[in-house]
Amino acid sequence: MGELILCRDLWKIYRLGDIEVQALRGVSLSIERGGFVAIMGASGSGKSTLMNILGCLDQPTRGTYLLDGLDIGKASRDELAEIRNLKIGFVFQSFNLIPRTSAVENAQLPLFYRGVSLRQQRERAAAALARVGLRGREHHAPAQLSGGQQQRVAIARALVSEPAILLADEPTGNLDTESSREIMGILESLNRDDGITIILVTHEPDVAHYAARQIVVKDGQILSDRSREPAPVGGE
Amino acid sequence: MGAFIWLTVLTAFRILFRNRMRAGLTMLGIIIGVGAVIAMVSIGQGAKAVVQAQVASMGTNVIIVLPGATTVGGVRGSQGSGVTLTVSDALELKKRVPLLSDTGWSKRDVMQIVYGNKNWNTPVNGISPSYLTIRDWSYAGGGPFTQADMEAGARVALLGQTVVESLYDVGEEPVGSVIRIKNVPFRVIGVLTPKGQSAQGSDQDDIIFIPFSTAERKVLGTQFLGSVGALFASTDHPEDLPAAVEGIREVLRARHRLQPEQQDDFTIRTQVDIGLVQEGTSQTLTLMMFSVASISLLVGGIGIMNILLVSVTERTREIGVRMAVGAKRRHILMQFLIEAMTLSLVGGLLGIVFGVVGARITTVVAGWPTIISAESILVAFFFSLAVGLFFGLYPANKASRLNPIEALRYE
Repeated sequence: MGELILCRDLWKIYRLGDIEVQALRGVSLSIERGGFVAIMGASGSGKSTLMNILGCLDQPTRGTYLLDGLDIGKASRDELAEIRNLKIGFVFQSFNLIPRTSAVENAQLPLFYRGVSLRQQRERAAAALARVGLRGREHHAPAQLSGGQQQRVAIARALVSEPAILLADEPTGNLDTESSREIMGILESLNRDDGITIILVTHEPDVAHYAARQIVVKDGQILSDRSREPAPVGGE
Repeated sequence: MGAFIWLTVLTAFRILFRNRMRAGLTMLGIIIGVGAVIAMVSIGQGAKAVVQAQVASMGTNVIIVLPGATTVGGVRGSQGSGVTLTVSDALELKKRVPLLSDTGWSKRDVMQIVYGNKNWNTPVNGISPSYLTIRDWSYAGGGPFTQADMEAGARVALLGQTVVESLYDVGEEPVGSVIRIKNVPFRVIGVLTPKGQSAQGSDQDDIIFIPFSTAERKVLGTQFLGSVGALFASTDHPEDLPAAVEGIREVLRARHRLQPEQQDDFTIRTQVDIGLVQEGTSQTLTLMMFSVASISLLVGGIGIMNILLVSVTERTREIGVRMAVGAKRRHILMQFLIEAMTLSLVGGLLGIVFGVVGARITTVVAGWPTIISAESILVAFFFSLAVGLFFGLYPANKASRLNPIEALRYE
């Protein structure tokens, strides 16, 4: 399998006027293919910054980040866009679906920027929607779907491009308990059954509990990095 | 890329339709601008066509030479009052200026015409037969007189439509009848096809033609034999006119023994001179339309830019999401440019429709002739496209430069 993500001594320094903010202070981290990792931390801990860098939305000020062998620190803006398109699927707290646009059109969005034929876009998006249990809702607009269903569309959108990593940023933050359980169940299944690497950013221990490995970030540094023993097959 | 553009255009139309009130108001500037220009151009071109038809009715490629003014005791007469041009000038010009396809001459005076118990005052023109071909007259009935009529001094006449209407009852056949000019009987051998108003506004059909020799001897009288009221010449091609004019001037100056310091004792006019005046008028009109169009397109363009800036702000999160899933700068740029061009193009097309309808209404209500040219529609189409492109550039560029992290976080 090997390392999918390899971070060495990542620093991120912002300038806010005269004040220098060190959001990340020397983070080293490796995540292997097929892993299910939760990144935890209070707000202001640097976990969002770390997630943005891991998601190739941002680049570190210092240090190296290799994603699937690609040096992200050296990529241009458009190269980053292409890497995101090919390697990363995002799931956001507030779903971030495009309003008044059908589920299938939302789900096909990554393929839209990949120059795939329209027919293939539709077929693959429909398959991704089916995978998250939304068969038959392809033509519903986000406003016609419940929160949990909207988040499932978002997961389908992340899945459709067959990414190396699925990056979920507080995916249950806007959902009730029941929907949260559903969404986490889907993520768990994607990791377990489809072997998709998942990085979950959360501050809720209940949610983090689904991940096999929990990394706690505080003050821009990794405070702890614990893995639980893999659960026996058929367990829990 | 094909699928991308196709879907983006489709999305742009969907957004436009969804916000049709807002889009409609935004497009209003373009609609009014394009509509006004299309309507005005078609009215202008209609008017121009009427004038051109009038100019053409005088005969194309025609050169007119008028005698200069006489000066008697220091009092200068009006132009054409002199008797400096003669029939032999005309014959000599035809021989010595090879560019001229033909020359003719005329002499005119207003006289009373009598037919039966009716009479009518009209210009009687004594002309050479060649005059009829130079001025491009054709016949509604009968035909022209000939060189033989000319030489014989035959008493034959050609009548203009207005004269026919004034002297004859409806249904009466003028050809073959006899009219009296200055008590001299003339047989009518032809009726001229109407030419309508001249560019100067006079009725070209209120006219009678008789052979020059007959006129000189029996009707008009003359101070000295062979003097003419005007010379006419034609060239085969309009582009030969300037050279032909120079040739005529040279020959006439030599024949009239004018010294280099002396002014011409004649005036040469061509259709080109008349055309120049019209061109000046239409250029002013064009310039005016162009400025009206520019201002309204500018206003329309600013409207589009404004609404697009609003749209970029409203859809900041969407832009963030698109960037997160892999949209490159050019994808976002194209998306908003296409939306801007869709707005301006739909506005332009609506403007074209309004303009065409407006021109039609003008024709029906005011009775003005209008011509809708494919050219003006094409120009309007591409202009509105260009307006969308130009004014969409700033908002689209702004959208494409958003930071994805901030765009995603935008509330």
